[in-house]
Amino acid sequence: MSYVKGLRCRECGGETPVAPLHVCETCFGPLEVVYDYPAIRRVLTHELIASRPRNLWRYRELLPIEGEPHVGLHSGFTPLVRAERLGAALGVRELWVKDDSVNHPTFSYKDRVVSVAISKAIEFGFDTVSCASTGNLANSVSAHAARAGLSCYIFIPDDLEQGKVIGSTIYGPRVIAIRGNYDDVNRLCSEIADKYGWAFVNINVRPYYTEGAKTYGFEIAEQLGWRLPQHVVVPTAGGTILPKVARAFRELLDLGLATGDFKIYTAQAAGCAPVVQALHKGTDLISPVKPATIAKSIAIGNPADGYYVLKAVRESGGWGEAVTDAEIVEGIHLLARTEGIFTEPAGGTTVAVTKKLIEQGRIPRDESIVVSVTGNGYKTLEAVLDTVAQPFRIAARLADFDALYAGLNDGREASAV
Amino acid sequence: MAQVRIPTPLRKYTAGAEAVEAEGGTVAALVSDLDRRYPGIRERICDEKGEVRRFVNLFVNGEDIRFLKQLDTPIKAGDEVSIVPAIAGGA
Repeated sequence: MSYVKGLRCRECGGETPVAPLHVCETCFGPLEVVYDYPAIRRVLTHELIASRPRNLWRYRELLPIEGEPHVGLHSGFTPLVRAERLGAALGVRELWVKDDSVNHPTFSYKDRVVSVAISKAIEFGFDTVSCASTGNLANSVSAHAARAGLSCYIFIPDDLEQGKVIGSTIYGPRVIAIRGNYDDVNRLCSEIADKYGWAFVNINVRPYYTEGAKTYGFEIAEQLGWRLPQHVVVPTAGGTILPKVARAFRELLDLGLATGDFKIYTAQAAGCAPVVQALHKGTDLISPVKPATIAKSIAIGNPADGYYVLKAVRESGGWGEAVTDAEIVEGIHLLARTEGIFTEPAGGTTVAVTKKLIEQGRIPRDESIVVSVTGNGYKTLEAVLDTVAQPFRIAARLADFDALYAGLNDGREASAV
Repeated sequence: MAQVRIPTPLRKYTAGAEAVEAEGGTVAALVSDLDRRYPGIRERICDEKGEVRRFVNLFVNGEDIRFLKQLDTPIKAGDEVSIVPAIAGGA
């Protein structure tokens, strides 16, 4: 049973029935799913959630599908890691990493939004799914489409990391690389979506797709024992996940399912920081930029939901920062060396921004902090290729290893056990 | 004449046409001409102050006019102008 009442425009409040539509016919504002919260309140309990499998559908009353989910039965419920060593390195008491680098099946937070979008696309009767993507979304749509037996068209910028490209093509979709940046791809796809009768997960199915991002927030709350973190740092590209994490927290508070108060912070790369720039300037007006950063997965110069990121950050009393590519790479190394988690540049960005916000005193050192890691470093090896140590190459001779080991230990004699 | 690509929410003004022709030396003039041909369409693209609405993006030959001269961006015959809802995408 579904608790969805329909779609409502976030700007003018105009209502429309459930359909594959993403913008308000009147004012072009974004359409958002409206739920019957009183009915949800009567049925949704901690016990009901706990009784369900550990995937993102355990919060299904707060997700916009009608029947049983078609895909994503193993997606979500990723680890919330208590990051003692990273916390010590940053000088804070309680630090957690919400680790979507191990999301199933394609190792990024996108498996959440795509699980919902494709389940909904199947409910609508589409036989072809598509997306405009910087890579992670492409990977997830390709994999879920393969599993569901749907046709799939993927549109990406032509300069992506090899891992992100092969991570799509392996599943057999048609992949089209556009000469241009993500914003060029996205503009073209808006026009293609208008012309071809496909389910573009992040265009005409977008109101349902974005709801999937709430599960990242639901899980953080559940994994903290239904207590909200005081501070949560989230990367911003198109601006989907941050407002939806905030919405997830507010839904849980309103439904009486969680307690606490949170501040939310946006993290961007300095080479593509239109939202952070607007935040710092104190304006609502987001000026688009031409991205220039190694953090390709968050290189969106014209963020669709940038305005709502600003709103969510300001309403919560949070803040945001941008960090350089060098700081992003340092963030990747720091997380890997302290917590054993290898993230892509988007995750390096949130780690580096968290560090910066702590150093600035924006985030206090004695309160609970969650760092969002939304993607996996094995897909973007190019980002760290020049900054990692090379292996020591020796012959398969004990004497050679003894010599190497002695050298590694400042000339101290190697001690055999 | 420039070619103007019309998104679905505005096609009720253009009798369903996906693309129409309009003229004007600048984007602002082109939008005015568009409104003469298809009355009512301008107020869907621009707000009361005449600024492009928050959730509408305009492109001239594929380039966002915010990187050009906004509404003063020059238009010449044969240019392709796209009106695209801003709410789309996600990495």
